[in-house]
Amino acid sequence: MKDMMPNFNLVQPTDLASAISLLTDAGENGWAIAGGHDSLDWFKDRIKRPTTVVDLTGIDSLKGIRETADGGVEIGALTTLTEVELNPIIKEKFGLLSSAAGRVASPQIRNKGTIGGNVSQDARCWYYRSGLDCYRAGGNTCYSDTPEGMNREHCLFGASRCVAVSPSDTAAALVSLDASMVIQNSSGEKVVAATDFFIGPAIDIENMTILKPGDVLTAIRIPATWAGAEFYFEKVADRNSWDFPLVNIAAAIKMNGSTIEDIRITCGAVECVPKRLNVVEDIVRGSERNEDTANLGAGAAARGAVPLNYNHFKIPLMEGLVRKAIRG
Amino acid sequence: MQKKFSSDRYDPLSTERDALSRRTFIKGVIAAGTVAGAAGLMTGCSGGDSSGGGAGSVERLVTINVNGKDRPVDVMPNETLAHTLRNKLGLTGTKLGCDRASCGACTVMIDGVTTYSCSTLTHMVRNKKIVTVEGVGGPNGELHPVQQAMIEELAPQCGYCTPGQVVSGVALLQRNPSPTRDEVRHALSGNLCRCGAYNNYINAIVKAAGRA
Ligand SMILES: Cc1cc2nc3c(=O)[nH]c(=O)nc-3n(C[C@H](O)[C@H](O)[C@H](O)COP(=O)(O)OP(=O)(O)OC[C@H]3O[C@@H](n4cnc5c(N)ncnc54)[C@H](O)[C@@H]3O)c2cc1C
Ligand code: SF4
Ligand code: FES
Ligand code: FES
Repeated sequence: MKDMMPNFNLVQPTDLASAISLLTDAGENGWAIAGGHDSLDWFKDRIKRPTTVVDLTGIDSLKGIRETADGGVEIGALTTLTEVELNPIIKEKFGLLSSAAGRVASPQIRNKGTIGGNVSQDARCWYYRSGLDCYRAGGNTCYSDTPEGMNREHCLFGASRCVAVSPSDTAAALVSLDASMVIQNSSGEKVVAATDFFIGPAIDIENMTILKPGDVLTAIRIPATWAGAEFYFEKVADRNSWDFPLVNIAAAIKMNGSTIEDIRITCGAVECVPKRLNVVEDIVRGSERNEDTANLGAGAAARGAVPLNYNHFKIPLMEGLVRKAIRG
Repeated sequence: MQKKFSSDRYDPLSTERDALSRRTFIKGVIAAGTVAGAAGLMTGCSGGDSSGGGAGSVERLVTINVNGKDRPVDVMPNETLAHTLRNKLGLTGTKLGCDRASCGACTVMIDGVTTYSCSTLTHMVRNKKIVTVEGVGGPNGELHPVQQAMIEELAPQCGYCTPGQVVSGVALLQRNPSPTRDEVRHALSGNLCRCGAYNNYINAIVKAAGRA
C-alpha cells in the first residue's frame, strides 16, 4: 500500500508537561510517537486510528545519556538506539545494552528509533498485526495457537490465551542489568523495575507494558550494580538484518577468580515478557565457569516450556544460547 | 540542469533522458497537481478529508530544507517524507519499496544520518537538513564518487534499490572516509537488494573510499 494513512491531528509540544496534558486530554484517542517505526505501520494499516498524535521528539529533556551519582546511567526515553549503541559510557560500563541496541532492526531504524519506543513496542504477532479480532485486539480467539495457526515465532512460556512474545532486543538486556523505568503522568512520577514494566497476557492481554493513556516513559535508569561485569548478548533471527529475534539472550556475570559470583540471564522472544532465567542463575551461581556448569545451566534453561506446533526448535536454541552465555 | 553525459548511450543514473520520458511526464503531472491543489492527488486520505488536522494541529504550509534549498510546501499532518519528496517536490529519485521500514529504497539523510523517509512524518523533520539522492552530486550535476564507482562496478541490476544504496554509501563515507569492507557491509545492511547485487555495491563503495 502506497497511499496515505488516515488523518490525525499532529501536535508537537516542546515540554513534557504539555505532552502529558495533551495525551491525558486525548485519552484512548491519543498516541505518543517517537521514532515512529512501530506507530506508522499501525496507522498505515488502519488498525490503530488515533485522532491526536503527540510527537515527543521535540522535548529535549527526554533525550541524552547522563551518568548518575551512584555510578549508573540514566537514558532519556527519546534517545536513539544508535546513540545508545555508540555511547562511550554505555559501551564501557554496560556493553550488554550497547550490543543489544546495535542488533535491533537495521541502521536506518536504529538511527531514528528510540529506546523508549523499543521497549514500548507492541506485539509482532502477524495475525494481530494484520488486524484480526484476536484476544489481544479485544476479540475472543487466538488465531496463532490453533492446529493450523502459524506460531513459529511465538512463546514457550507464560501463555494465557495469547501466545505472542516480547519482540524487543533491548528489553532482555535491560532486565539483566536491573534497569528501572521512569514514567510520568498527570499525577506525577513513578519508577518501576523493568521486570514490572513488561506484563504478560494473564495481567493485561491487550498491552505489553504497564503504560496507560496519558503516561510518558521519560527515562530508563541502570544502576551501577552490573557496571563492568562480563556480558554476553546473542540474537538468533532468520535474517541478520531487520529481523526480530527468534530467541535472544542477555547475560551479565560477575566473576571472582574462576567462580561465577553472581549472574543475571534473560531470554527474549520466548515469553510475552523478557524471561529472566532465575533457575539457571541459582544453579550456576557459585560454580566454576566451565563447560560442566554451562551444561547444567543449559539443561535447566527451558524447564517448564510448553511449545506450540511450530516452535519446538526454540527449546534447543534457548539451551544452546544459555550454554554459550555461561561458557563465555 | 546540465547534461551529465555527452554521449547518448543509455545512462542509468541520468535524471534527464528523452524529453518525454515517463519520469518527466510524471513530474509534469505533479507540478500541475500542485498548482491545482496538491490535495487532489491524495487518493487514500481518510474520508476525503484534505483539510489537515483540526485545531491545535501543525501548520500545513512549511518550508523544508532539501538538498540545500529551502522549499515551501504544503504538508499534511499524516504525510510521510517520502510522499512529500516524491509527490510534492518531484524528487522521485527516492523510491518506495515496502512503505514499512523494511527495504531501504526510500533512504535519505536527515542531518547527515540515514533514515527511511517512508517511515518519517515530514512535520517531524521539517527543521532539519534533508539530502536525497538528487543532492549527493556536485552543483553542476557531477556524480558523487560513490555513484561513479557504482557505474564502473556495474553495481545496479534492476536499479530500484540503487538510490538508497547510494545514500547509505555517501553517508558512510561522510562519517568514515576509509571504512573496512565489513564496515561497508554494516552500513548497507538496511538496504535490501532484491536482485542480490550486494557485492557489487560493496565493491563500489570500497572503490569510492579509496579515491576520496
Ligand atoms: C522492519 C522492522 C524491523 C524491526 N526489527 C527489530 C528488531 O530486530 N529488534 C527490536 O528490538 N525491534 C525491532 N523493530 C522494532 C523497532 O526497533 C521499534 O519499532 C522501534 O525501536 C520503536 O521505536 P520508535 O521510537 O520508532 O517507536 P514509535 O513507533 O515511535 O513508538 C513505539 C510505541 O511506543 C510508544 N512510545 C514511544 N515512546 C514512548 C514514550 N517515551 N512514552 C510512552 N510511550 C512511548 C508509542 O506510543 C508506540 O506505541 C523493528 C521494527 C521494524 C519496523
Ligand atoms: S498470539 Fe496473541 S496476538 Fe497473536 S493471534 Fe493469538 S491472541 Fe492475537
Ligand atoms: S520504502 Fe521505506 S524502507 Fe521500504
Ligand atoms: S539492483 Fe534490483 S533491487 Fe537492487
